Amino acid sequence: MDARRVTESTPMKSRTTVERKSERELVVTRTFNAPARIVFEAWTKPDLLKRWWAPKSFGISFISCEADVRAGGTYRFVFGHPASEQPMEFFGRYIEVTPHSRLVWTNDEGGEGGAVTTVTFEERGTETLVVMHDLYPSKEALDGAIGSGSTSGFSESFEQLDELLLTPDASVGRS
Amino acid sequence: MVQYNQTRFDASFAALSDATRRGVLEQLGRADASITDLAEKFHMTLTGMKKHVGVLEQAGLVTTEKVGRVRTCKLGLRRLEEEAAWIERYRQLWDARFGELDTVVEELKRKEKVDGRKKSN
Repeated sequence: MDARRVTESTPMKSRTTVERKSERELVVTRTFNAPARIVFEAWTKPDLLKRWWAPKSFGISFISCEADVRAGGTYRFVFGHPASEQPMEFFGRYIEVTPHSRLVWTNDEGGEGGAVTTVTFEERGTETLVVMHDLYPSKEALDGAIGSGSTSGFSESFEQLDELLLTPDASVGRS
Repeated sequence: MVQYNQTRFDASFAALSDATRRGVLEQLGRADASITDLAEKFHMTLTGMKKHVGVLEQAGLVTTEKVGRVRTCKLGLRRLEEEAAWIERYRQLWDARFGELDTVVEELKRKEKVDGRKKSN
């Protein structure tokens, strides 16, 4: 909760919200100042997707971005990050593509623990509310995604500790 | 402050240096469990498991609660802090994405306006 307070001090008011709605669900919301057909277009045309899905401020860049956006079509996004030698790959299949209102896709890079993502586009006056809903197959799968995240998850901490323990002259930084 | 962190680090370090205790944390990451469950799972006496859980509890990695005759163990506050931190990082990623999406959307809006004007001419 404290973390949220800190990051809201950015000059532009932060309108993106993320909430763990239940043991298996994560929900992201954001409102855009445009009609649904325009926002939808930006989510479904690969050359447009490519321009925003890998934000520069996160140091991520696209190596390749393929998306066949129709029910049954597949996508494959490959990103590079300076801190990682291996490119990061994300892939899956579109289950539903309903123009201007709804997109559903699978996230298959993590095997069976992958979430199903549903994005809805709801026009409200001149704005569009986008709700992105990640449904994981189980509580363990979502906990696992959180634990293995690039932030200091347990597995990562364990690895670091194991490394420390294996180093004969491990100094624990008493200075 | 430095002293406090050092003490806390030492406690976590000691707690995590043991394979069984790491196993217990992983187990509790999947579901809460009683000391009896944990002792069975790790083929250990109840007393032995109580000792391990005690070390994890001192390091703030596990909390326990006694209801009736059963003492239930769950991950401590630090796991929750980690989850909050992860969710905040995830929010920042999407916020950054959506910031760039705003630019794309504005451009599409302008383009639509220009195209619309062309059509009506």
